Amino acid sequence: MNLDINNLNNILLDVLKELGNIGAGNAATALAQMLNNKVDMDVPQVRLLNFSEVDSLIGGAENPVVGIYFCINGDIVGNIMFILDLESSKNLIEILLNKKKPDYDLNEFEISALSEVGNILASSYINCLAKMTNLNLKTSIPSISIDMAGAILSVPAIQFSYVSDKILFIETEFSENNKSITGNLLLIPDIDSFEILLENLGVS
Amino acid sequence: MNSIKVGMADLNIVKEGTLVTLGLGSCVGIAIYDKRKKIAGLAHIMLPSSKEIKNNSNKAKFADSGIELLIDKMESVGGNKINMVAKLAGGAQMFKFNNNNDILKIGERNIIASKSKLKELGIRLISEDTGGNFGRTIEFSSYDGSLKIKTIGFGMKII
Repeated sequence: MNLDINNLNNILLDVLKELGNIGAGNAATALAQMLNNKVDMDVPQVRLLNFSEVDSLIGGAENPVVGIYFCINGDIVGNIMFILDLESSKNLIEILLNKKKPDYDLNEFEISALSEVGNILASSYINCLAKMTNLNLKTSIPSISIDMAGAILSVPAIQFSYVSDKILFIETEFSENNKSITGNLLLIPDIDSFEILLENLGVS
Repeated sequence: MNSIKVGMADLNIVKEGTLVTLGLGSCVGIAIYDKRKKIAGLAHIMLPSSKEIKNNSNKAKFADSGIELLIDKMESVGGNKINMVAKLAGGAQMFKFNNNNDILKIGERNIIASKSKLKELGIRLISEDTGGNFGRTIEFSSYDGSLKIKTIGFGMKII
């Protein structure tokens, strides 16, 4: 199979979207169990974006965001990144710690809590992917960074840049009561792994 | 004032104005200035070498081909390599893992490749603000060749 990510057709995008959907559903369930409360999830958007459009994501290139990053190992290799804007991070911390958070400055405890939620969400996606594809997949411990969106996104963008001039972006919105959390998930298999992944999903 | 935005894997030049790149992370911003003609050029590269991968049609994406293209562009509007100097910014490592993951060290490799290409072309590197684990917004002026660098945690400086 000679894969060209620049020409991923609509069927492939639909498959990836469905994968995002099921993964996010699993993640929402995991989050609900953790919070012991109902968590709603919105149908994720799956988009292929040009590098030049990356700037406009998540409130602009200079907007501070939280990025939680994992390595994927096993039958495929790659990375997965979960990105939250500061408003969503604040909402998430309020839900998790069950108290009003006065400002956006995150302390070590709150950063560690976010990291753990990222861990649960990413693992849910990966476990779902592993089941659907029958592949053996593992995630590393998370690495977290809070900085400009452009700088955080440069890491997955660089990884995509080996194979394409575009980036695959999955947007998911979780909400609990009236607090909503918009999470952006980037799944970045390396090029060979992308092919294995699609083959195992039966779309190549 | 004429302000031109340079995106990821993009480059541009300006004669009277500034070139701006927002939220530079592991990528490297290569700013080249022709002191005599006051021409500023800025490339926002993502990877060290166009020779390592097949998908290399976008020259501005790589340190080696990006720097060459930028200089060609500056020379096409009257610039001269002899009068050019360079400044570098970016090349951060935004995430850390315990294992030796090459991709995470891409910032460092981008810096090394940029320096080696500038050296090969005989263009002197006069200042840099590179490395670390934080993002940068940079603004390069054609009037005096100054490179303004803004960060979230470390304020602003001009190199």
